Amino acid sequence: MAALVQYLITGIGVGCAYALLGSGLVVIYRVTRVVNFAQGSFAVLAALTVTTLLAAGLPHGLAEVSAVLLAAAIGLLTGLVATGRPGTTPQSALIVTLGLGVFAYAVEILFWGDQPRSFPGLPGTVAGVQSHYLLIAAVTAVVLAATALLFARTDLGRALTATAEDPYAARAVGIDVRRMGLLAFVVGGALGGLAGVLITPVQQVTFDSDVALVVNGFSAAILGNLTRPGLTLAGGLLLGVVQALVGGYGSTSYQTEVALVLMLAVLIVRAGSTRAETA
Amino acid sequence: MIAGVSDLTVRYAAATALDGVSLHVADGEMVALIGPNGAGKSTLVNALCGLLRPASGTIAVRGDLALVPEGRHLFPSLSVDDNLRLGAWRRRRRDTSHIYGLLPGLVKLRDRPAGRLSGGEQQMVALGRALMARPSLLVIDEMSLGLAPKIVDDLAAHLRERNTVDGLAVLLIEQNARLALELCARAYVLEAGRVVAEGPSAQLASSPEVAAAYLGLEA
Ligand SMILES: Nc1ncnc2c1ncn2[C@@H]1O[C@H](COP(=O)(O)OP(=O)(O)OP(=O)(O)O)[C@@H](O)[C@H]1O
Ligand SMILES: [Mg+2]
Repeated sequence: MAALVQYLITGIGVGCAYALLGSGLVVIYRVTRVVNFAQGSFAVLAALTVTTLLAAGLPHGLAEVSAVLLAAAIGLLTGLVATGRPGTTPQSALIVTLGLGVFAYAVEILFWGDQPRSFPGLPGTVAGVQSHYLLIAAVTAVVLAATALLFARTDLGRALTATAEDPYAARAVGIDVRRMGLLAFVVGGALGGLAGVLITPVQQVTFDSDVALVVNGFSAAILGNLTRPGLTLAGGLLLGVVQALVGGYGSTSYQTEVALVLMLAVLIVRAGSTRAETA
Repeated sequence: MIAGVSDLTVRYAAATALDGVSLHVADGEMVALIGPNGAGKSTLVNALCGLLRPASGTIAVRGDLALVPEGRHLFPSLSVDDNLRLGAWRRRRRDTSHIYGLLPGLVKLRDRPAGRLSGGEQQMVALGRALMARPSLLVIDEMSLGLAPKIVDDLAAHLRERNTVDGLAVLLIEQNARLALELCARAYVLEAGRVVAEGPSAQLASSPEVAAAYLGLEA
């Protein structure tokens, strides 16, 4: 029983990271139609940056926030490189993000080497639960709610949605669609960076951690058709929990595979039901 | 003059869509632009609104210009009210209440997603969205296409009212040439990327060529 509770807690913590990362993918995809495969790199770069900033003597909090801001800036750069040239198709931009992800490996290994790194999170426990997991859940809830409010309740969010739905009409009303796309990359970068910063105290990071993160974040986002943030959160949590259970009761070596098969099953069931609806 | 193009040429890759077109709209004037499918009307509109870069020629716009695009192009998942708000994206004040006063038909649609409205309702929203910019020139690309006569009459009445009450200038692109010539004092006829006739609507309507081609009358 105690083990089950612990697996659930771990799973939700990791699932929050997937959800944040996946939400970053969703924001970028919704506005630019680009699937950003560099999304995992935002998390890794931010996490590694925190280790350096803490070692340099920056206090907790400041180090994490700075790293998230850096990730947002890297998001902007990614957006500029991937979509900056007018007329770039979302498909070729996708390839560019893939290339940037590989380029990030070189930068990470150069600055931080190829060994796993970590840094301490929030110490202590509350009611038997490690405080850091509560922090992850709380920050994720607040940030995703704020992101949802940005889209639903502000004119800037409406303009981002408008850009996603009809770039021509968006331009016709005076929205700078290129700037909106770059803003989406900034938000996506920050969300990715936040995922890395939150998860690293409970799960070490290496330069290639981005693969697991982006695969799981992408799976979570796919559950929401790459456009639905609420389903992305649900998908992230589901993946995290299933992986924790598989790792706890079975083998850690199949964690990702089992989760992906599950996600595939969800997609097949859903495809069946949408076909029934449209038929 | 509130807006105009002179000697405008626009190309899509190798194809020339507009070839040396000149056209202008004076303050408070309603001007019609008619012509067959593929004549280049939408191309002219998009260039005038800065959405398309011309190969050569000049575009001059004084004052604020708003577009009701061909096919309406609303933001489908956003509510009618949100669509209206975005019409004022360039402005600081985005209060929508005056639009419901101008177009009372929109009041009951306020919170509906724009994508789930009928064609006529959508065109009304598209008009409201454009009016939110408080433009001095309204450009409407294909006002009546696919709409029931009742709605078209409504839209035409709204345009006439804004023109007489606020002095709103209008450039109307319209398949229904009879309607366009009736509504607007002056008109241009565009064919294959060139202006082939222009002048007061009454004069154009009485020319045998225009009557035969656009009003369905024997030459
Ligand atoms: N994006 C595009 N790429 C290539 N050619 C285009 C494009 N848009 C329009 N054209 C061509 O330019 C010419 C003018 O098109 P345009 O849409 O301006 O005509 P129109 O007068 O608005 O026609 P309609 O009455 O059907 O709306 C046509 O030959 C059309 O095929
Ligand atoms: Mg057209």
